[in-house]
Amino acid sequence: MGQARGNITIDIEECKGCGLCVECCPPKCLELAPELSRYGAHPARYSGEGCTGCGICFYCCPEPGAIIVYRLAPLKAVAAQGGDHATAL
Amino acid sequence: MARELVGINAHPEASTDGYEVVHSKSEVFYPVYERKTDLKHQTHYCAGCGHGVVHKLIAEAIEELGLQDRTILVSPVGCSVFAYYYFDVGNVQVAHGRAPAAATGLHRACPDKVVIAYQGDGDLAAIGTAEIIHAANRGEKIAVFFVNNAIYGMTGGQMAPTTLVDQKSTTSPWGRRPVNEGFPLHMAEMLSSLQAPVYIERVALSDNKNIMKARRAVRKALELQRDGAGFSFVEILSPCPTIWGKDPVEAKRWVAEKMIPNFPLEVFRDHKIELPTNNAPPHKTVAELIEGKREEAAAPAPASAHHYRELGIKIAGFGGQGVLLLGQLLAEMGMREGLEVSWLPSYGPEMRSGSAHCQVWLSKEKIGSPLVSHPQVLVAMNEMSLRKFASEVAPGGIILYGRDQLPEDFTISQAQVVCIPASEIADRLGSAKVGNVVMVGALLEATECLHTTTAMKVLEAKVKNANLLELDRQALEAGRIYIDHHVAVGAVAQADGFTQ
Repeated sequence: MGQARGNITIDIEECKGCGLCVECCPPKCLELAPELSRYGAHPARYSGEGCTGCGICFYCCPEPGAIIVYRLAPLKAVAAQGGDHATAL
Repeated sequence: MARELVGINAHPEASTDGYEVVHSKSEVFYPVYERKTDLKHQTHYCAGCGHGVVHKLIAEAIEELGLQDRTILVSPVGCSVFAYYYFDVGNVQVAHGRAPAAATGLHRACPDKVVIAYQGDGDLAAIGTAEIIHAANRGEKIAVFFVNNAIYGMTGGQMAPTTLVDQKSTTSPWGRRPVNEGFPLHMAEMLSSLQAPVYIERVALSDNKNIMKARRAVRKALELQRDGAGFSFVEILSPCPTIWGKDPVEAKRWVAEKMIPNFPLEVFRDHKIELPTNNAPPHKTVAELIEGKREEAAAPAPASAHHYRELGIKIAGFGGQGVLLLGQLLAEMGMREGLEVSWLPSYGPEMRSGSAHCQVWLSKEKIGSPLVSHPQVLVAMNEMSLRKFASEVAPGGIILYGRDQLPEDFTISQAQVVCIPASEIADRLGSAKVGNVVMVGALLEATECLHTTTAMKVLEAKVKNANLLELDRQALEAGRIYIDHHVAVGAVAQADGFTQ
C-alpha cells in the first residue's frame, strides 16, 4: 500500500472541535471524533488516508499549535536517515 | 459515557515515520500560555474565532521574515487584549483605541523595531477613530492589523461602527437602521483617501483562498515594516461565531455571504510614496533660530558646569505677573548653556487675572516628559499658588515665595522656603512689572542653577526697549542681592519666613 503524500496530527489539548479544518480540507480526510476530549469538545482527527499535506487545515485552524502537517520526506533525506519507505523501494 | 481522549490524535495506522513537518506551531508563540491555570496550550478564544487564525498568520510572517527579536506588538482592548500572552515578542498593551498612538511612540523611540498595532473594530473604528486616522495620515511606520467582525465581541455583542445594515445586536435589536445608527464605517476606504499610507488591503477569513490571500497580505505588511516603507493597514474580515450565534462553519460562510458584499476585498493602496525625505534635524539649533546669533549659540557653557542632572521648576502666580515668561526665560537660559530644556505652560481659561503656572525642566539628558510633578524648585508668586503647589515640592526642594513673609497658618516640612517681596522690590525700582525678573535673580542666586550673565543675554535678545532692559538688569541684580544680603548662604528659612 502506497503511503499518503501528507499526514497530520492533532493535539487534543488544543483542539476545540470547531470543525473548520474538517470543512476546509480539500481531500476531506478529517473528521470530528465521536469521543469527547477532557473538557468536552469533539476534537478533529485524521481519517487515516488521503492527506496530501497541502496545509490548508493548518491555516484554517484558529489554534496556534493544534495541527501539525507533514509531508513525505524527499527520498534522499529519508534514505540518509535510514527511513522505512526508502528501504522498501 | 464517551471515552476521554488524551494526547495527540493521530490516526493509529498513520505513523508519521518518514514524514517531515511542513506546518506546525510557530516559534513566535510561547510554548505555554501562562494566563490560565489550566489548558495552557490553548488560546482564550472561542472555537472558530478568527483571532486565532490572524495570530497564526502574523506569527508565521514574523518568523519567516526573521523579525521576532525586532517586533513590538501593541495589544488592544477587546477579545485580543491578551495577545501578549501568546506572542513571544516585545509586548505592550494599551488603552482602548490607542494602539496606533502608542505604536507611533514606540516606533519613533525605537526606529529599528517593527511595530504592530493589533486592533478590533470596536477598538479601531469607534473609540480609536482619531488615533488610527492621524497615525495613517502621518504615515507612521507601523503595521496595523484590523480584525473586523462587525460586532463588539468581548462585551457581549453590542453594535459596532462596522455592524452591517439590518444586523441585529444587543444595542440594535431590530437590526441596524441607517436612519438611526448610520451606515457601517469602511475603514480601509477611509484611510485610502489619505496620502501617506503605503499599503492598505482588505482580506477575509471566509474560505481557503481568501485565508491564503490574508496570509500574503499580513506578510507583505510586515515586509514593508522591515524595510521601513511606511504605514500599512490590513483589514481582516473575521468570524465571531459566539456573538453571531452561528457555528464556526456557518460563521465563516456568513463572512463570505454577508460581510464581503458590504466590505469589498481589495488592495486599496500599494505604492511607495515619495515623501520629502528631510527627516534630519534642523541645521540650526533652536537657540540659533530664536536669537539668530550663531557665535554665541555655537559655544554654550559645558553642561557639566551644572550641579544637577536634571532640575524641575514650577512657577505659579496670577496671570499677568509674568509667570509664563519667567519660565520661558529659564528655559531659554538653559538652552544657551547647553542643557536640554522643556517649558510647559498651563493653558487654563484664566489667561488673564486668574492663576497661571508653568513647568520647566533643565536637564543634561533628553527630557522624557515636560510634566514636572515634583519640582525641586517652586516659584510661588502669590499665596494661592503657594498653598496649591507647596505640597508637590520634592523633599529637600526650595520654595521661593514672592511675598515678604509666609501666611501665618502655613507650614511645610519637606522644603526650604525663602520669602522675597518681589513686587515691592520691583515697585521701588520703578515698575512692579519686573517682579518676575526679581524672582529670576533670586532664583539664580538661591539655586545657582544657571548663570546671571546668561539671563542678561536672554533679556538683551528679548527686550528691545533700552529703558526696560536697564530696569530688568536692575531687577535681576536686586533679586540676587536680596538673597545674598537678607538670606545668609546655607541658612534655612524657617516656616515663618524668618531666616537665622
